Amino acid sequence: MLGAALLAAPALAQAAPKVVVIGGGFGGAAAARALHRLGVSVTLVERDATYLSCPFSNAVIAGLREMEAQRFGYDGLRREGIAVVHQAARTVEDRRVVLADGDALPFDRLVMAPGIALHPDAIPGLDTEAMPHAWRAGPQTLLLRRQLEAMEDGGLVVLSAPANPYRCPPGPYERASLIAHYLKTHKPRSKLILLDAKDAFSKQKLFEEAWAALYPGLLEWVPLSSGGKVVEVDAAARVVRTEFGEHQAAVANIIPPQSAGRIAQAAGLTDRSGWCAVDPVSFESRQRPGIHLIGDAIIAGAMPKSAFAAHAQALVCAEAVAALLRGEAPAPPKLINTCYSLVEPGYGISIAGVYQPKDGLLADVPGAGGTSALGAPPAVRAAEAGYAEDWFHTVTADAFG
Amino acid sequence: MRICVALSVMVALPAVAAPPPGASSCAGCHGGGGMPVLAGQPAEAIVAAMLGYKAGQGSPTVMDRIARGFTEAEIRAIAAWVSAPR
Repeated sequence: MLGAALLAAPALAQAAPKVVVIGGGFGGAAAARALHRLGVSVTLVERDATYLSCPFSNAVIAGLREMEAQRFGYDGLRREGIAVVHQAARTVEDRRVVLADGDALPFDRLVMAPGIALHPDAIPGLDTEAMPHAWRAGPQTLLLRRQLEAMEDGGLVVLSAPANPYRCPPGPYERASLIAHYLKTHKPRSKLILLDAKDAFSKQKLFEEAWAALYPGLLEWVPLSSGGKVVEVDAAARVVRTEFGEHQAAVANIIPPQSAGRIAQAAGLTDRSGWCAVDPVSFESRQRPGIHLIGDAIIAGAMPKSAFAAHAQALVCAEAVAALLRGEAPAPPKLINTCYSLVEPGYGISIAGVYQPKDGLLADVPGAGGTSALGAPPAVRAAEAGYAEDWFHTVTADAFG
Repeated sequence: MRICVALSVMVALPAVAAPPPGASSCAGCHGGGGMPVLAGQPAEAIVAAMLGYKAGQGSPTVMDRIARGFTEAEIRAIAAWVSAPR
């Protein structure tokens, strides 16, 4: 048998190895393009015809940007020779992806960038049509924007941030900032309460510095220890109940708990936490060999669930997959993350980190990373707001062509 | 049969120079969207800038925080890779 296999090998050697990528967001689309550049035959499986970016969608909610600026298609990938299949993936069998219509795509290795699943049912009474989460860019983003536009001046906006981990750690605080900017400029008698299921958050000192300067008396942050955890809502009456009392909202934006995307669960790639454990060098699943995972769905240690991180992981993962397909061991990587947040137009702040594999996870490289300086002059804040735009243009071009 | 598949896969991919640790992440920002494009720049200029940021020189907003995550040898390898025209 071994002899026959060796003899047969040269005849098969012409075929490029097949990799299927599931999920066409920042991570999946970038992984598909990087693998293609490395000579791999790639099929991208993505349910939707176009992708709507979460980064900058808070600006859409606040009326500072239109949704079409968030939309990216897959024609760039197709032009390069990447097969794009617009179907949901139903499950992953042994070396084949089963699609919603029953077709199956065989693979030598699989890369999954499944993103997140949202769990509004974890909050009793929550109806996301009445209290949108807007945590996946799309109709929910526009619903929340319309609710804010329809609100009378003097209304109370209640925003709730979940416990860790969740997609985009600074996201709820950027959103609170930009909604506060909308209220300040359009409905100045209104107020925003940010209920938080935790006592500390990303870029906290920078956000608090900005809030004190820009939105005094308008934006109030309520940490867990002061009654920030939402325990129940009455969606129809727009009442939000916490451990300490209740708030009568005019608009409520409840961001629910999250886990790895549905297909990761269906394929048996999640652990008891609901997220996916991976090897920090190859991004190969700890649960199923031959399947690699990147982006918001994974347990990445110190590396946050951000679009920048998903893109950085995609490029490292693609190199690792190509190395493994050549029969080589992937080299230990280093990865970078940089996340910008806007607190008002022209006022940006950032957090950055450098990561390396350590003890089976991605750990911070000591001495690197951190946030923008407190008390920095307006020119620095304006520069960082500009860099956020530059990053968005660059990363979306790299992911979608 | 598994051996057969593995062999066929191994020989079909061209060997290419993999990016050194950290280099691929640069593409998140440096690719033509507004921040400096690195491809085609002299590697020595990139090394000098990064070593300066690492030492606290200049007035970068984020590159000092990133440069501190790399050794001089890593910076030299990254600069050689990202400066190559592509």
